[in-house]
Amino acid sequence: MTGNRPVDEGRRGFLMSSVAVAATLLAPGVTLYAMGGDAAAAATAPASAKVRWGLLIDAAQCKDGCAACIDACSSAHGWQSAGHPETDAQWVRKITATDPKTGAGFSAPVMCQHCANAPCVDVCPTGASFKRADGIVLVDRHICIGCRYCMMACPYKARSFVHEPVADQKPDAPRGKGTVEGCTLCASRIDAGGVPHCVEACKTAGHGAILFGDLNDPSSDIVKRIATYRSTRIRADLGCDAAVYYTNI
Amino acid sequence: MAKIAYQKLTDHSSFFWGLLGFHLLVIAAGLGAALYMEHHGHVVTGMSNQIVWGAPHVFAVFLIVAASGALNVASFSSVFNKLAYKPYARLSGVLAIALLMGGLAILVLDLGRPDRLIVAMTIYNFRSIFAWNIYLYVGFIAVVGLYLYVMMDRRVSRSETPTRIVGGFAFFWRFALTTGTGSIFGFLIARDAYSSAIMAVLFIAASFLYGLAFTVLVLLTMSRETRHELISEDMLGKFRGLFILFALAVLYITAVFHLTKLYAPDYREVETFLLRDGGIYTLAFWVGQIGIGLLLPLAILVFRGSGRHAWHAVAIAAPLFLIGGVAQMYFTIIGGQAYPLRLFPGMQVSSSFHDGVIAQYWPSLPEVLLGVSGVSLAMLLTGVALKVLPFLPRPASV
Amino acid sequence: MIRGARIALLLALLIASQITLAVGEESKLVPHPPKGRGEQCVAATDFMRRNHMNLMKHQRDETVREGVRGKAFSLTGCVDCHAVNGADAKPVSYADSRHFCRSCHDYAAVSIDCFQCHASRPGSEKPHAAQGVGSTALAAVAAYFQGAANDRK
Repeated sequence: MTGNRPVDEGRRGFLMSSVAVAATLLAPGVTLYAMGGDAAAAATAPASAKVRWGLLIDAAQCKDGCAACIDACSSAHGWQSAGHPETDAQWVRKITATDPKTGAGFSAPVMCQHCANAPCVDVCPTGASFKRADGIVLVDRHICIGCRYCMMACPYKARSFVHEPVADQKPDAPRGKGTVEGCTLCASRIDAGGVPHCVEACKTAGHGAILFGDLNDPSSDIVKRIATYRSTRIRADLGCDAAVYYTNI
Repeated sequence: MAKIAYQKLTDHSSFFWGLLGFHLLVIAAGLGAALYMEHHGHVVTGMSNQIVWGAPHVFAVFLIVAASGALNVASFSSVFNKLAYKPYARLSGVLAIALLMGGLAILVLDLGRPDRLIVAMTIYNFRSIFAWNIYLYVGFIAVVGLYLYVMMDRRVSRSETPTRIVGGFAFFWRFALTTGTGSIFGFLIARDAYSSAIMAVLFIAASFLYGLAFTVLVLLTMSRETRHELISEDMLGKFRGLFILFALAVLYITAVFHLTKLYAPDYREVETFLLRDGGIYTLAFWVGQIGIGLLLPLAILVFRGSGRHAWHAVAIAAPLFLIGGVAQMYFTIIGGQAYPLRLFPGMQVSSSFHDGVIAQYWPSLPEVLLGVSGVSLAMLLTGVALKVLPFLPRPASV
Repeated sequence: MIRGARIALLLALLIASQITLAVGEESKLVPHPPKGRGEQCVAATDFMRRNHMNLMKHQRDETVREGVRGKAFSLTGCVDCHAVNGADAKPVSYADSRHFCRSCHDYAAVSIDCFQCHASRPGSEKPHAAQGVGSTALAAVAAYFQGAANDRK
């Protein structure tokens, strides 16, 4: 597939210079119609290995009783409670932690940490659990067989298995019974130049506790912040190199 | 040395048909259960996002571990040249294949998308131990199949060399297979209860025990069917000795495994849960695996295993070892998951997603049926195989 | 291979002759999938009927694995333009036999599992593809054929 990319590019350049309505004969009996305009050209670029998307979550800004990020994710992707708390999927949840000795604690949202060394990617027998060039860890549910080994391997409990038939999915969030799912970092939004739903919702709620950006870009806000204030990652000791950073936890 | 005679099952008692019919029924129930689970989704099982592997996996892993161990007897004869075991070599090979197929059938039918088995067979991620295992399992069936061929083919078996070479290779393969199975758990850095290289070694020791127990049980059952004592008094003593040796090995490695974990303060919490406060899991360990599954049969074999009691002692010990095996898998697989993941070590955590709480699990009927049907499938396959080809020895007296 | 092709051709001819015999009955025998919105956006109907699955599968892997979006063969684009309205003037889902995909697939007895996970109705959010499809579509189909040709070599 990658082998024919140069040809593809040349072809695309040629075709893009063609005028408004053109008909091209590609193969006998195959006529293609072009109607001009190339609005979607930007989104057609593949994810780049030069960037690594990540989040910085400031637990001090994460307010008690607020679930804006979780609600936004749930309604955007269509994962709701089916009344079975043990088996219902949760792509993101808010964890409240307290030190039993001192009583001090924090609460913060936890979702897929989009590890560079993701255990879920390593253990998946079919390669359905994979990492995109830009570091987003996803499940290719076209080839997920539902073995749940990734759920055994994930140190963050970030994955859910779909235990029941699903209906009325969102067009941008396919999900179905018998496969494993989790936070996608809103990959389709990122591909269109946007930010994840949770980040947006937290900002709208006035907390701005979640910062999204490119961890490989020294001039990005997220890199500047983690370079200035000490941050940590959950279970950094495991060496998974997560892309989600936390401060004040 | 005298030529060993073999026999296939011919005139059947109603006991044989009854056994076959029983296993068929259980398999039908298991298939029905799988369809039911597939149709409604795993919500009809006790499994959840906390306990992602349940009763089916307990039986599947148990059978797969036992499968590699069932090959022992054949290996003793061809690899270590212990001729006394040679009459049982064929049965041992056939049983190994049957047990593995039983275990794999469960695993496949429990998948969220069993319809995509073809994906699992065609697309591989070679960093995954699961993917290696698919090769190891399929390869095991092929290697043991070839092994049976070189043992049984009239022309090939005339020479000792092919049997020794293929037998040696099969012996190596069964080690790889059990190492792979143990590593499914051993490589999981996320779970405090696993994450140890000794898991593979423990599984190998366990496989010796459970495989031999299955072999002996089938021999005892078939002694009844063929109305011959398939295990001579001499062999009974040998099997008894092996049982004691293997059971002690399992005890020893289990002790090392838990002591190592207990010594590290980081793991003390999970070990305290599993070994003291884990309720059903603690019970499964101390009463199931250690008590009924190891100490009791050990005591029977040591104190009542000689002389005229030998037959009874072995006949009671073998199923006890198997019960212990299921208990061990239940304790390992489900107990290990019941203890929550530690996202923030040392902190008390809570969330809507069951963080920080011990997971509850109670197997539902369909998943138990699916699990048990794997055992029945293995036994049915063995029964049919014994009828089709001469896998069983024919004692010299007949 | 060639022999197989010959047999297939023979069979096809046989079936075709059967169908021509019953010209009058034809309209009852074959499915009539509802017309989609707008003009042909990817390729001619004949071509799409035979090749849509290959185009979609090709696009599917590119989208999921590499994040290539907005191209012509996205399933959401197909679903948007080929929506069929039910009695309540709202698009029907795949559960309804009038659904565009089912109108043919039921006839051909080809079961697809796309809609076990994907939405079979257009979403309320921004409309997909269709108008954005232009030279991109051409480039994409061209690339698809280029790839297929390379594979054959």
